[in-house]
Amino acid sequence: MDATGFDAWTLTLAVFLPAVGALVMMAVPRARELELKMIALGASLVTLAVGVYLLFAFDYGNAGTLQFGVHKGWIDAINADYILGLDGLSLPLLILSMVIIPLCVIYSWEHIPEPGNAKAFLILMLILASGMNGTFVAQDLILFFVFFEVVLLPMYFMIGVWGGENRRYASLKFFLFTLFGSALMIVSFVALYFVATNDAGAALNTFDMSELAAAAGGDLARGTQAIIFAGLFMGFGIKVPMFPFHTWLPDAHTEAPTVGSVILAAILLKLGTYGFVRIALPFLPEGAAAWAPWIGLLAVIGIIYGALGCLAQTDMKRLIAFSSVAHMGFVMLGIATLTPIGINAAVFGMVAHGIITGMLFFLAGSVKERYHTLEISRLGGLLKSAPRMGWILAISAMASLGLPGLAGFWGEFPAILSAYSPGAGLSEETFRTYMVIAAVGTVFAAGYLLWLFQRSAFGEPKPEWEGHVIADVNRYEWAAWTPLIIAMVLFGWVPGLIFGVVDDVSIGIAESISTAVGGG
Amino acid sequence: MNLGALLAFVRPDLDWHALAPELTLLAVGTLVTVADIALDDKAKRMMPTLTGIGLLVTLVPILTLAVDGAERPMFGGAYVVDDFSLVLKALFILVGYVVVLMSVDYVREGDYYENEYYTLLLTSLLGMVMMASSRDLVSVFVALELLSIPAYMLAAWRKGGPRSNEAGLKYYLMGVFASAVMLYGMSLVFGVAGDTDFGTIAAALRGEGASPIVIVAILFVLIGFAFKVSAVPFHTWAPDTYEGAPTPVTAFLSVASKAAGFVALLGLVFVAFEGAADVVQPFFWVLAAVTMTVGNLIALRQTNIVRMLAYSGVAQGGFMLAPFAVAFEDDAWQLPGTDITTTPYFAIVVYAVIYAFMNLGAFSVVLAVSRRTRSGEISSYGGLFSYAPGMAVLMTLFLAALAGIPPASGFFAKFVVFWALAGAGTPAGWVLAVIVAVNAVIAFGYYARVLQQMWFEPVPEMVALGVDSGGDDELDFAEAADATAEQDEHGDAWLATETRQATMVRFTPGKIPMTGALAAALAITAIATLAFGVLPGLVSHFGEVATFHFGG
Repeated sequence: MDATGFDAWTLTLAVFLPAVGALVMMAVPRARELELKMIALGASLVTLAVGVYLLFAFDYGNAGTLQFGVHKGWIDAINADYILGLDGLSLPLLILSMVIIPLCVIYSWEHIPEPGNAKAFLILMLILASGMNGTFVAQDLILFFVFFEVVLLPMYFMIGVWGGENRRYASLKFFLFTLFGSALMIVSFVALYFVATNDAGAALNTFDMSELAAAAGGDLARGTQAIIFAGLFMGFGIKVPMFPFHTWLPDAHTEAPTVGSVILAAILLKLGTYGFVRIALPFLPEGAAAWAPWIGLLAVIGIIYGALGCLAQTDMKRLIAFSSVAHMGFVMLGIATLTPIGINAAVFGMVAHGIITGMLFFLAGSVKERYHTLEISRLGGLLKSAPRMGWILAISAMASLGLPGLAGFWGEFPAILSAYSPGAGLSEETFRTYMVIAAVGTVFAAGYLLWLFQRSAFGEPKPEWEGHVIADVNRYEWAAWTPLIIAMVLFGWVPGLIFGVVDDVSIGIAESISTAVGGG
Repeated sequence: MNLGALLAFVRPDLDWHALAPELTLLAVGTLVTVADIALDDKAKRMMPTLTGIGLLVTLVPILTLAVDGAERPMFGGAYVVDDFSLVLKALFILVGYVVVLMSVDYVREGDYYENEYYTLLLTSLLGMVMMASSRDLVSVFVALELLSIPAYMLAAWRKGGPRSNEAGLKYYLMGVFASAVMLYGMSLVFGVAGDTDFGTIAAALRGEGASPIVIVAILFVLIGFAFKVSAVPFHTWAPDTYEGAPTPVTAFLSVASKAAGFVALLGLVFVAFEGAADVVQPFFWVLAAVTMTVGNLIALRQTNIVRMLAYSGVAQGGFMLAPFAVAFEDDAWQLPGTDITTTPYFAIVVYAVIYAFMNLGAFSVVLAVSRRTRSGEISSYGGLFSYAPGMAVLMTLFLAALAGIPPASGFFAKFVVFWALAGAGTPAGWVLAVIVAVNAVIAFGYYARVLQQMWFEPVPEMVALGVDSGGDDELDFAEAADATAEQDEHGDAWLATETRQATMVRFTPGKIPMTGALAAALAITAIATLAFGVLPGLVSHFGEVATFHFGG
């Protein structure tokens, strides 16, 4: 299964090229800003080029198996190896991460937030890129954990140094919440190592994710699985974030600099949902089945709560942050159904949310730069003062509320649909109730997004802005945003681009769960 | 005893190769002393160089012994050179080397007695190196005193400063008290076992069961070492001593001295008290849980960085103690009489090695930064990133390591603790693992306060003087002799947080005056911290090969 030749290096390159770029940047003096930006852009574009190669070389007929595999010794004492691999589940998320980073570098070209220091800002961004790419391709639990944690400090500094008024509080809250989750997660990982068995009851004693997934819980008792699942749930659930652990998210988003918010929303949140699909579900099928109704419940609470939270916001960025809680609720609902459709919808939802919400945060950043405020009541008339930006906001808001024809639809609608007949013997009544609640949530979503759009874009510009020039989209913004807008439309019309890739994996996971639950 | 019996004394077989590291250290210490007497003042500048080279030379016989690989028991099994002892000896020597690098300019600029300082440091190191080979209550005790007594003096090295005197005195009083308790325990153990040899004690205790006398004996010995490793509630000396002692000495105490305590505990617990698992495991369970929790909670309240690091060291000690709570639960546990490595044992060795470098690194940064700010307050780190980004990044690396965030080395140390606790498979192990996890999160709270200062805050306009930065601000010894506490404005003493009569001075940020030695200390610790984090195999290898031999 291990790749040979150049293919064996592709994933390693994908993970470490940004870090190498960061190292090179450290050697360049701070004053030579242009060179620093060029190196950052170069490193992220070369990484993206590796991604493009992966897109072409990927064997789509075999999307369910790991490709471009690397398996080398790493920490012998604890049996943790350097294992990388790419399958249909990892591919879309990896590419998403590879695309978002260069866009963020381009956007930052003239938008390095206060207090400046492009060097540190871009270095942190590249370290983030390495951590995120690594998380999506790591196939060893300890390696996964390391990459999962690597992203914490850069994001902490990004919020804390370049953030808004309340940045100290927000950054520490972000860090402590996620650290708490990952501390329990690592205990669960170690537990998996020691207690996971194969069907014959022999201990596996491995961190190799594909082996653990193949064992599908082995003959572990349902109760044990549920306890270990709880640790994983804390680790991933806080990251997603699921209600009631979401409270760090609005603070972090509100305070983070624009690019920080974009990366946070577009990719970091996906580490949590990805963890559920990649690790929690396949490794502990019965634990997943035991928890699924509760995850579903928290997901729909998140949908409604996030929507109500949005309606109550007066700040555009905070509103988008709360909408993330709602959208990730749909993703989690899809996962909780334990069906192929649900998991497909979840992965689609992750990518779509990454594109759309990333776009919305870019817009919020640009609005803030022009108006120096995000108070929705003070905005207005964007379509008149900066029509292009107004229309981009329109498209993004429509995509976010799930309008058919744009990417958001394919994350939400199948997720709701999948709740109609959940898998693995889950109660249909419960999930159909969730389905109805989630459907109501989409109405709310239309409500708050249209209301946001109406208040900020319609009407005449407020008198207080008279005499101010509200510049329309500039060329850096065009460069950063065009790919996202294209992706929104493209995935809206051709959802098969993602569904086709993910399908094999989701079917595999759902089947192994129903076998394990049915057979156990 | 007649003359004939005395003459019949047979010199024990000495394995000169096995004793070469100890003898080299002894020779270097003697050389430093003699050179000081024989040479003029100018030559005294060579002392740290001489000490440093001597330490590196000491590594040579350790390496040859390691290559040879044979286990060399001596003195009837009371002193053994095996892989375990070699790994730990090398660690002590390297730690000593880094401490010398940290000390060079500090001691010179402070105009302290140079050669005595290095002689005492070498003597203490000799005690530690001996501790790694001790397999008998008597040799453990001799090694312990040999490493402790010079350390008491080093803690009080700035004898002009009241803080330093307090540090030395507190350390000394608590230290001898602990020794007394331990000795009493040892005498009881001897009473039960009839021998001081670890193997014999183990056999005797297995036969004895958990009788009251055995419980008291074991607890007293362990409590004695609990003082040494500053476990709660026996930690009270640590913050005051750490704060008052010269910073390089503090680093030395918090790393080497603590590691030596753990080395002794490893032998005692895994071999001598192996028959009394029912007493040992619950004791360490409670000790570890209380130590990490209390250490962390108090550390959260500290405003002085050295006190914060002191309490963080207490908490780290708690993490290191945790594997003892499941010492005998491991399936891989082998019967006594053979060489042992078990997961808990492995975890403690690995933790000690990783902890040594990350903590030394943090102290090196404190030393370097105080050369600029002359303050020990956490608030004086404000804006460090803006005027000394390299130093801020290094401190971030070390604090991330201490907090256990990958890819810095500390995460692997925490991980092996989880590994050991989970591997036991007992409910007690699982619960302690969760306690460790929660504590790891709490700990980030105080490391983050330093991070916040360095990265998020502006440069302070005024800083509270206090750190003994070495440098010109130190008083001469002549003046120091009649200096009183009021004259602290020259920064001759660390000002304790609670009794601070802070002298605020205007602070101008600027380049941190570095010296070659300090830079070398930073480089060594930073490379080790990063390398052990990215490739934990480097350090886990030492944990694996460090098999413990006993039984003659």
